[in-house]
Amino acid sequence: MHPTDFTLRGAIDALNEGVISSVELTQAHLDAIAALNPRLNAYITVTGERALEQARASDARRKEGLTGPLEGVPLAIKDLFCTAGTLTTAGSRILGNFTPPYESTVSANLLRDGAVFLGKANLDEFAMGSSNTTSASGPVENPWSRANDPDARLVPGGSSGGSAAAVAARLALGATATDTGGSIRQPAAFCGIAGIKPTYGRCSRFGIVAFASSLDQAGPVARTVEDCAILLKSMAGFDPKDSTSADVPVPDFAAACARGVRGLRIGVPKEYRLEGTPPEIEALWEQGLAWLREQGAETVEISLPHTQYALPTYYIVAPAEASSNLARYDGVRFGLRAAEPGSDLRDLYERTRAQGFGAEVRRRILIGTYVLSAGYYDAYYLKAQKIRALIKRDFDEAFGNVDAIVTPATPSAAFGMDEKQDDPVKMYLNDVFTVTANLAGLPGLAVPAGLDAQGLPLGLQVIGKSFDEETVFAVGAAIEQAAAFTALPRLRAGA
Amino acid sequence: MTYVIEGRTGPWEVVIGLEVHAQVTSQAKLFSGAATEFGAEPNSQVSFVDAGFPGMLPVINQECVAQAVRTGLGLKAEIHLWSRFDRKNYFYADLPQGYQISQFAHPIVGTGTVEITLADGSTKEIGITRLHLEQDAGKSLHDQHPSKSFIDLNRSGVALMEIVSEPDMRSPEEAGAYLTKLRQILRYLGTCDGNMDEGSMRADVNVSVRRAGEGFRTRCEVKNVNSIRFVMQSVEAEARRQVELWEEGGTVEQETRLFDTGRGVTRSMRSKEDAHDYRYFPDPDLPPLVLEADWVERLKASLPELPDERRARYVAMGLSPYDAHVLTLERETAAFFEAVAKGRDAKTVANWVTGDFFAALNRTGLGVEESPVSAAALGELLDLIADKTINGKIAKDVLAIMFETGERPGAIVDARGLRQVVDTGAIEAAIEQVMAANAGKVAEYRSGKDKLFGFFVGQVMKAMQGKGNPALVNEVLKQKLT
Repeated sequence: MHPTDFTLRGAIDALNEGVISSVELTQAHLDAIAALNPRLNAYITVTGERALEQARASDARRKEGLTGPLEGVPLAIKDLFCTAGTLTTAGSRILGNFTPPYESTVSANLLRDGAVFLGKANLDEFAMGSSNTTSASGPVENPWSRANDPDARLVPGGSSGGSAAAVAARLALGATATDTGGSIRQPAAFCGIAGIKPTYGRCSRFGIVAFASSLDQAGPVARTVEDCAILLKSMAGFDPKDSTSADVPVPDFAAACARGVRGLRIGVPKEYRLEGTPPEIEALWEQGLAWLREQGAETVEISLPHTQYALPTYYIVAPAEASSNLARYDGVRFGLRAAEPGSDLRDLYERTRAQGFGAEVRRRILIGTYVLSAGYYDAYYLKAQKIRALIKRDFDEAFGNVDAIVTPATPSAAFGMDEKQDDPVKMYLNDVFTVTANLAGLPGLAVPAGLDAQGLPLGLQVIGKSFDEETVFAVGAAIEQAAAFTALPRLRAGA
Repeated sequence: MTYVIEGRTGPWEVVIGLEVHAQVTSQAKLFSGAATEFGAEPNSQVSFVDAGFPGMLPVINQECVAQAVRTGLGLKAEIHLWSRFDRKNYFYADLPQGYQISQFAHPIVGTGTVEITLADGSTKEIGITRLHLEQDAGKSLHDQHPSKSFIDLNRSGVALMEIVSEPDMRSPEEAGAYLTKLRQILRYLGTCDGNMDEGSMRADVNVSVRRAGEGFRTRCEVKNVNSIRFVMQSVEAEARRQVELWEEGGTVEQETRLFDTGRGVTRSMRSKEDAHDYRYFPDPDLPPLVLEADWVERLKASLPELPDERRARYVAMGLSPYDAHVLTLERETAAFFEAVAKGRDAKTVANWVTGDFFAALNRTGLGVEESPVSAAALGELLDLIADKTINGKIAKDVLAIMFETGERPGAIVDARGLRQVVDTGAIEAAIEQVMAANAGKVAEYRSGKDKLFGFFVGQVMKAMQGKGNPALVNEVLKQKLT
């Protein structure tokens, strides 16, 4: 067995049993990255020497009998997380050569538990995108390809496209990711892996480059539901440095994966039956529900009446917050500053920001500035906040009657790198099944459940109650087990 | 007595409202742990939060919240148990986040009142509209380099209270009295040091004029006035400008202006059309600020005595309203007075503190807290008068020596032999000597020129180097002259 084929759980066991050392495991991943990253572009920065240093230190700790829960496990870190001493770009030119002197709380938690960082994973610029084509470091390629058109290069989804592609291609055992409107779940589904956006407040946002503060939430992507559970356990926890972080205990998520679904009531929202959804996605959804019934769950139709307003609401709230969050990139204190000396401060701002931000980020800053401006605030931002409250209420009412909700993860399988690029609204539709969980702050998990006719992975989504990731993991693991998803991407280490 | 500006076409009333920015006294900034000390090296008190670095998040400093609540209580204002922080978005080089965190829609403190005392002894209530917490910006230095501006972020993120008054003031004097009183209350509470020359307190002055009985006319805002005197001057200058404008048939446009302290006039800074669209919205990094009613009650119970209450207490102790007012202006003065007055006659102490002690302080240019004469030392001096060791006149000289040398009064009196003479023999000897040298005047006195008595007292005291006990001198002199 090639060392990159381990699941994260399997690697932890192998390390614990002395079957492999962290240095060997890390080196195998670095070799895989060297072979495949030039094609996939899943990593912006590979920190090979540092990773081997960390691996050696981990092996030494292990000899001392000091083993953390993730001792010696090589991971990829989305390049939205600030990592002390390592270039952090957020996929944007505007951060220039910014190397943070501080570590994000989530990545610090992983280091505390013994993890090894292979490098910084590619992403859409400032996590804005659903195809990982807006990165200043170039697009990421999905390691999967269509059976009837293997040369067509497909997107990995976004914004955590680098994280998902790296994990799917076995360039990491798992990765951190972030999700503002679907940025964990959609790329996980497109790349045939699992990913969870936990409840808002579960993971600290400290040290994560902000996109939309009220929606952003960190989470893991990995090849199994249990691997996600193990990673989330390490990433999560109350942080006094983030005022929106929740002071609640972090349960043993991995244990919850084995709970089963007997007796659970699974909600099936009728509003998620969208016109134009491919029949194979409808069929997979039905199949998933059937698997859950076979394992003893009950499925019930529910209504989430404000679903149709979720996408427009999201595309008001998220750009509004982003337009303010991105104001700090002004060329004054860090990052890019426009090359020629400007005539005045305003000129410096205009040229720095015009050179530094890509088209999609500029578009969202403009939208956000517009919806917050005098005379439009009530009609857009305030209205969106009211609808957001109604969407939350829809879920509250539904969860009075069901334990979890199951939907498709995405309205399509991975698409071509040259598709949907000239129509932002079409691109935004990718998030139609995922944004509601962000607006309501609820945990949502994507789990690979099958393949489409072209052999591309399709995922289902499990949405749970606030801070009830355990049920989400239980349902996700049940689907995963029934689906017995064993298909592999064409581009992968050891292939 | 109504203050009016006499224009060519008749009298104009002035309407004034103040927005005061007061720096919260606290160890750390509003949303970061960085220090707030004044005068530190540029950019030495800056955290990554204050500098707006990627991924940094604000965390509220509970002590700043407590200070705002204390201030609200001191302004007899309603405390909002639920308030919220908003972002005020604009670009400037000394605003690292690109927005200021402030409280726009839901301030922590609502309406209250401040009572001001005017020169004629009358009082007036000035309404407080609101008080909210916000971050200060950094400082742009434009005079350090021919083509570059430098930025000092030490102030960036420091907690400010913006205290907004109703447009209740009608004269420069009232505006000055309001700011003086507000500063006094904040200093008593210990919530702001009130150092206007260090920028701890700044005022935006809103001024409009109108004919008696009219509704409000358009106002202008004079920004960032940094002394009480300049507030009073800027009100007058701005009101006069507006009167002239109206009388010329023009209209006052709503705008932001600056007070040119050198020329004593206001000039336009930016018009309404250039006003920023601040795009206020709730800061998603901060949950609403929710206070426990019990916690507010505990703060209320632990508030120090405020100037109005203290003044009333002094009057009850027998002080004149004027002395009570003067002694309570500064908390340090009141504390000094009370330390001296403890166990002594309050009225006598007040006379000495407001009289010779203040005069000596003024001469040295020192504040009460830097006085070379401590409250204990002044108390000893007053005790020396009370037990007749020295007389009042000598005491004034002793106080002057105390200010000069810092010595204790007892030591000065002993070392310089200033002890008052109560030995009637010595007094008699001095009197006889004076009478012998002024035989003609003695005859005049005895023939009915009573007014000469004062002359003899003066001569005797002079002969005794001022150390004679005045009562004894009077008594013996009367006997001898008759």
